Amino acid sequence: LAHGAGGKATHTLIEGVFLESFRNPVLEPLEDGAVIDEMAFTTDSFVVTPLFFPGGDIGDLAVNGTVNDLAMCGARPRYLSAGFILEEGFPIAHLRRITASMAAAAEAAGVHIVTGDTKVVERGKADGCYVVTSGVGTLERPTRLSAAAARPGDAVIVSGPIGEHGITIMLARGELDIQADLTSDTAPLNELAARLLDACDDGDVRCLRDATRGGVATVLNEIAEASKAAIVVNEDIIPVRPDVRGACELLGIDPLYVACEGRMVAIVSQASAEAALTALHSHPLGREAAIVGRVNDDPPGLVLLKTAFGGTRIVDLLVGDPLPRIC
Amino acid sequence: MHTEPLDGPIRRHVRVEGVVQGVGFRPFVYGLATRLGLAGRVGNDAGGVFVEVEGTPAGIAAFLAALERDAPPLAEIERVTVRSGEPDGGGEFTIVGSDGSGPRQALVSPDSATCGDCLTELADPADRRFGYPFINCTNCGPRFTIVRDVPYDRPNTTMAAFPMCAACAAEYADPGDRRFHAQPISCWDCGPRLRLVDAHGAELPGDPLRAAAALLRGSGVVAIKGLGGYHLAVRADDEAAASTLRARKHREDKPFAVMVPDVETAAALCELDEGAVASLTGRARPIVLLPRRGAATGRLPGAPAVAHSVAPGDRRLGLMLPYTPLHHLLLAELGTTIVLTSGNVSDEPIAYDDADALERLAGIADAFLVHDRPIHIRTDDSVVRPFLGREAVLRRSRGHVPDPVRLSRPARRPILACGAELKNTFCLVKGRHAFVSHHVGDLENYETMRSFVTGIDHFTRLFDVRPELVAHDLHPEYLSTKHALEMTGVDSVGVQHHHAHIASCLADNGEEGPVLGVAFDGLGYGADGTIWGGEFLLADLVSFRRLGHLAPVPMPGGTAAIRQPWRMAAAYLDAAYGGGPPEGLDVVRRNEAAWADVLRLGRAGVNSPTTSSAGRLFDAVSAVLGLRDTINYEGQAAVELEQHADPAEHGAYRAGVSAGRPVVVAGADLVRAAADDLLAGVAPAVVAARFHNGTADVVVRVCEMLRDESGVSAVALSGGVFQNLLLLGRVAKGLNASGFRVLTHVRVPPNDGGISVGQAAVAAARDHLPETARE
Ligand SMILES: [Fe+3]
Ligand SMILES: [Mg+2]
Ligand SMILES: [Zn+2]
Ligand SMILES: [Zn+2]
Repeated sequence: LAHGAGGKATHTLIEGVFLESFRNPVLEPLEDGAVIDEMAFTTDSFVVTPLFFPGGDIGDLAVNGTVNDLAMCGARPRYLSAGFILEEGFPIAHLRRITASMAAAAEAAGVHIVTGDTKVVERGKADGCYVVTSGVGTLERPTRLSAAAARPGDAVIVSGPIGEHGITIMLARGELDIQADLTSDTAPLNELAARLLDACDDGDVRCLRDATRGGVATVLNEIAEASKAAIVVNEDIIPVRPDVRGACELLGIDPLYVACEGRMVAIVSQASAEAALTALHSHPLGREAAIVGRVNDDPPGLVLLKTAFGGTRIVDLLVGDPLPRIC
Repeated sequence: MHTEPLDGPIRRHVRVEGVVQGVGFRPFVYGLATRLGLAGRVGNDAGGVFVEVEGTPAGIAAFLAALERDAPPLAEIERVTVRSGEPDGGGEFTIVGSDGSGPRQALVSPDSATCGDCLTELADPADRRFGYPFINCTNCGPRFTIVRDVPYDRPNTTMAAFPMCAACAAEYADPGDRRFHAQPISCWDCGPRLRLVDAHGAELPGDPLRAAAALLRGSGVVAIKGLGGYHLAVRADDEAAASTLRARKHREDKPFAVMVPDVETAAALCELDEGAVASLTGRARPIVLLPRRGAATGRLPGAPAVAHSVAPGDRRLGLMLPYTPLHHLLLAELGTTIVLTSGNVSDEPIAYDDADALERLAGIADAFLVHDRPIHIRTDDSVVRPFLGREAVLRRSRGHVPDPVRLSRPARRPILACGAELKNTFCLVKGRHAFVSHHVGDLENYETMRSFVTGIDHFTRLFDVRPELVAHDLHPEYLSTKHALEMTGVDSVGVQHHHAHIASCLADNGEEGPVLGVAFDGLGYGADGTIWGGEFLLADLVSFRRLGHLAPVPMPGGTAAIRQPWRMAAAYLDAAYGGGPPEGLDVVRRNEAAWADVLRLGRAGVNSPTTSSAGRLFDAVSAVLGLRDTINYEGQAAVELEQHADPAEHGAYRAGVSAGRPVVVAGADLVRAAADDLLAGVAPAVVAARFHNGTADVVVRVCEMLRDESGVSAVALSGGVFQNLLLLGRVAKGLNASGFRVLTHVRVPPNDGGISVGQAAVAAARDHLPETARE
């Protein structure tokens, strides 16, 4: 199970199995989507329990997730496909709710769902419903974004408060009966990304990543490793809503590792950092965007967190589920 | 073979191995040989010291007898080999120069406290080093902390920047002088200088020592550059200064160490036995944890006051004596005891680099008493305590490193053991020597992780070891594990955490097992992927079987349950009382706001791994008794529980033990008994003692069950929980009474600081198995 948690196990799986089998120059960079000619192409599978949760459902996630992967390539998302794997007996009313969410999310993101597929599997499989979406977008700017493009001096920007989606899902499972006023942050990031790219000079936005599984910590580690640079972030500045912080404290979870579905990390040159921030602030999804840290040259490949006391903690890629290390 | 005349001259080639360089060994040999009228020569080479002696058989016999017996204080002789040679007619006895070639075998010696001879000179107005804060000789002074490379010669130390003056050079070159080939020697004319600077690094006027003492007298905080790093000092009797220091360091409760001028002062503050005196006055000069003189023993007249904030809630004090000339001079100037705590903020590693220290400690220290002899490697103070008349090490660092632990059998290949995550040490094995590193610290801290990596590098150069086998913990998230797994071109071997604890105890005692191992600690990654920490193992150096453990309970919120012991109280009370804990427990009331949520978290198993940890059981009881709901340093709840217990109480709670295998111990029974007693009005100090006694009882009972089926009647006690003297004492007593042979830790810490030694011992033992039998 650890292989899906977004940490090092996932990386081992991707690099050891998939890249090994499918190796080609387009796949190799392992970005959120593939860039072919002037097109971006991506696919994603969605598995979530519960299917419906405060702020959204699996349908929103499936559309926004693929829209965001395209947006993180710097593309304008255009067309999506949708595949459904349904458990026998899955209520039609639920399926309608999901497709309605998908239609609304597509409309909001300005994309069209143009093809699809449905399979029904035996009872007890597929947890009710899995959704697979693929998408294509058009690359209309000269900027090519890459996790390997971060350079010393660049600013590290987070587009909004982190961790809402993951914590909402944990609480929505109902085992805990914990009261918190939380909703998922699922949202399409294409407009926000476009505003950011418009505000910066060509090439000044080095990299965009949506902080999904494994959260901001995982995304930062991917960038640090790909760019062979250090990323240093300040604990105090990383935006976390009080409710999320409270729930994280109770659950004993570090918000840096919690999934978001409508937040992105942007690496932007020092020169364009302020302009980038202003552009993000101008969009409802980026109101609370903040420069949370810097890219340094040393130590390459590591993400460091400056703590409130002035200490420096290593924020590592998790190998599996977080287990206590301290005595 | 030629025959030798019965009384004519004979010649012997003698090789001496061990810590024999830079400790005055050659002048000692020179003096000995000359006194006995022998001819020949002595010299250093990469393997140690070689000697050729020629003379009468009686003279040679006297020489060989005295060689080990009368060796200089800092020498650690491991092996002396003697072979016959051809007499060549004698002549003078000479010392020959160093030879830097060949494989490096000679050992670097640890730093050593200023010797008596140097102290006499320091206080003698007629001596040319009168009052010189860096006086040292072949028998004392800095070693490991200033060594950059081997061979141990001045250019390879941080003294390279100080060319000797003519007077020092003459002493250095004179075989009859106490400073013959003492690499760090210097004097007022040629050596390092003391300075007092402000928080911006600007030099303050006046005599640095006197001005620093004046600042301390006026409640100031002074950073002092020591042997292995910076300390922060305040007067120990000054409550305002001590609490200011706590606030600035963000160190809320963790005890401060105190430096006292002499043993008499130590004896006035704490109960000393012979062992304690030996630890306090020994060359290593560790911090010695000692019971304070309390109500029973009474305060002695002349005992200096110790402010409450120095060690709040602790019946012990960590005392040390001055170990550098600078400390001696400062305490003499000040005429009082001082707090001397590590120069850092909160859990950061101790500062040792001058620029870094100034930056990091600027907000803490009012002034810096510094000098210009660089510290090459950060080395914290060692911490020891007397146990059953012997010294037991809790943190093995300055004064001990890099003395090796000797393995019972030489390793087949060079080994690196990467150690644990907290209190990390690493260990390099070459042959029979296990070179345990200085205390590295908590690896999650980047500075610490960096010193882990550079430290390994330093040790591999110093001891000329290229590891071929790398041992690591099984915890996938330990940074030491990740480091081990990222190394290329080596074989790696995973060693289960508690097996490593037991193996470290075996190695410490020079044994190989099998033994019944009781490993009680905070937590370690278990072979089954759950978190262990209250383990009964049947173990030898190669393998182990888990024969018993504490019943697992959830840790609600994982790491949060470690920081907040009340969560463990919730989990344990839930296990103890099926239908909810009885009314009126104050721990429930105090944590009412989140109690129900935390219970649900644990029951649902959301981010709540289950654990058999003994440390968490102590945490739970500490919270139930109202001692600690939240901790601010590792092990605090358990420490305070021990400190609170009434040692005169001999009642004990009874924990149930399952009939099946592995034996499962119901820790919840102890928590229920404690809670019931507390509600019945029994004093918390008595409850704490009964809990300790009950834990000791069940350990003995389980060992008896396991002895019956395994036939093994030796028990090794290891893990951080056995730093608890009340528990250790009662377990050891019970086991002894039941006829067990009991192994406890002596030179290797029972806590995670010893894990690297255990990993090394296991890796070395497994490497001797035939290829097919290695795991
Ligand atoms: Fe441990
Ligand atoms: Mg994705
Ligand atoms: Zn000396
Ligand atoms: Zn001199």
